[in-house]
Amino acid sequence: MMQFLKSVYAWLIYLFLYLPLAVMAFYSFNASKYSLTWKGFTLKWYGKLLTNTNLFDAALRSLTIAILSATIACIIGTLTAFMLHQYRFRGRKAILGSLFVMMMSPDIVIGISLLVLFLAAGFTLGFWTLLMGHVTLCVPFVAATVYSRFEGFDISVIEAAKDLGANEYQVFSRIILPMAIPGFVAGWLLSFTLSLDDVIISFFTTGPTYEVLPLRIYSMVRLGIKPDVNALSVVMIVITVVAVFLSRRLLKEKR
Amino acid sequence: MKDNHFFKNLVIWGTIGWIAIFGAIPTLMLTGVSFLKSHTSNLIKPSFNLSSYIRLADPTIGTMVIKSLFMAASAMLLCLLIGYPFAYIIARAEKRHSRRMLLLVMIPFWTNTLIRTYALVAVLKADGVLNKTLMFLGLIDTPLKIMYTQTAVFIGLIYTLLPFMILPLYAAIEKLDFRLLEASRDLGANRWKSFRKVTIPLTMPGIISGCMLVFLPALGMFYIPDILGGARTMLLGNYIRDQFLTSQDIPMGAAASVALTLIMGLMLLTYYRSLKNSGRTIRP
Repeated sequence: MMQFLKSVYAWLIYLFLYLPLAVMAFYSFNASKYSLTWKGFTLKWYGKLLTNTNLFDAALRSLTIAILSATIACIIGTLTAFMLHQYRFRGRKAILGSLFVMMMSPDIVIGISLLVLFLAAGFTLGFWTLLMGHVTLCVPFVAATVYSRFEGFDISVIEAAKDLGANEYQVFSRIILPMAIPGFVAGWLLSFTLSLDDVIISFFTTGPTYEVLPLRIYSMVRLGIKPDVNALSVVMIVITVVAVFLSRRLLKEKR
Repeated sequence: MKDNHFFKNLVIWGTIGWIAIFGAIPTLMLTGVSFLKSHTSNLIKPSFNLSSYIRLADPTIGTMVIKSLFMAASAMLLCLLIGYPFAYIIARAEKRHSRRMLLLVMIPFWTNTLIRTYALVAVLKADGVLNKTLMFLGLIDTPLKIMYTQTAVFIGLIYTLLPFMILPLYAAIEKLDFRLLEASRDLGANRWKSFRKVTIPLTMPGIISGCMLVFLPALGMFYIPDILGGARTMLLGNYIRDQFLTSQDIPMGAAASVALTLIMGLMLLTYYRSLKNSGRTIRP
């Protein structure tokens, strides 16, 4: 009986989590534009998506930013994790603390404090400010992912390398980096999805010249339901799911 | 030896510099701006004063802030009440099973929250799935008006943030040593008592981090009220955004976000306390 109640409860939660997504997917294949009733299967909304250059450009910009910011954030984040794991110096705790605070900070606070910084520095909002915003968002997450990977390392390997005459850079490039690659890749995929999914930080750090996909969707959605937005959302969910599966696989291998 | 230190220093100072430029300095600037005065034509007047903070307590703004805090807090509580048993079920399920169940939570967790919010519209609108189902079941005659109300915003918050509660709860419950529960039962505690005295204290870090991950975004996600709520439903996030972009009262917006940061600081402090406490209670 208890077991039965447990499964019912679990199914209800999954229903709650997935029903809206299922309904959206349903609409994206429904020939009828407005009503819930099934008017036959169609792919025309997906076709419309392909011809909507506005959306296409926004999607391309989103991907560009996601790839670039994930890559930059991974480099900075891995070095940060390496430093935190490898070196003992004054202020180490403070850095750990500030990374944690940056991770927990509400997006809107990160967004507007960067906006204030960019305005004060006299930057024009657009590609570069958006990129910096996304890198800022991702670095703490990468650092945490890679750091937890470092903790599983056998330190004696590093000590042996040092005894054999390796310098700090060689230790990093020959030992730490190869061992960190799964963490690095997982961090990259994590950053990629974080960047692709971000709405709030993009909202504040980009300008009218560089509109990314979530913001484009945002302005479309405020005007009501659009079948091609449904189709686009389904495409984005599929991309996310693939990224999640990939990162899970990579994380598991190391375990 | 020299290049040894070169790499080390480069990494340390590079990282510190990065955190300073994109973490510390913007925060300090924001705090600084909040003490200034706004000026017409989007300029800030460089004169120190507390007027923005005093205005936060102003009835019109104060009510909005309290309403928004209340909304976020109730969403957080409901997520906890719904999420805890669920996380417990996943954590206690067979290993193979629980991994699959967890993956199913991860997918909505990583899906763009804007898209998920928008997906909810099709469920909640007058001729949406929810109303159609309720009418089909004969529970209601006329469609409920949910869209563009505070209820819709509330549902939206819970829907988008529930995975953020479940995942840390799962992590905490999974780490729990279930032998401790058996021991407490052996020593005569009933189910409820061992839950209250053993399970809850030991999973407190998970409870608090889940609560933080729900509460803080719930205050700031301005697009949820925009898409699901009516014109008058507002969260602190909408207010902050409007101060920056519409009213162009930057000091006021800065003061509101400093307040939000202080709330976060308070929650982080509670988190650390609970981490320490649970560390102490694990030891026999």
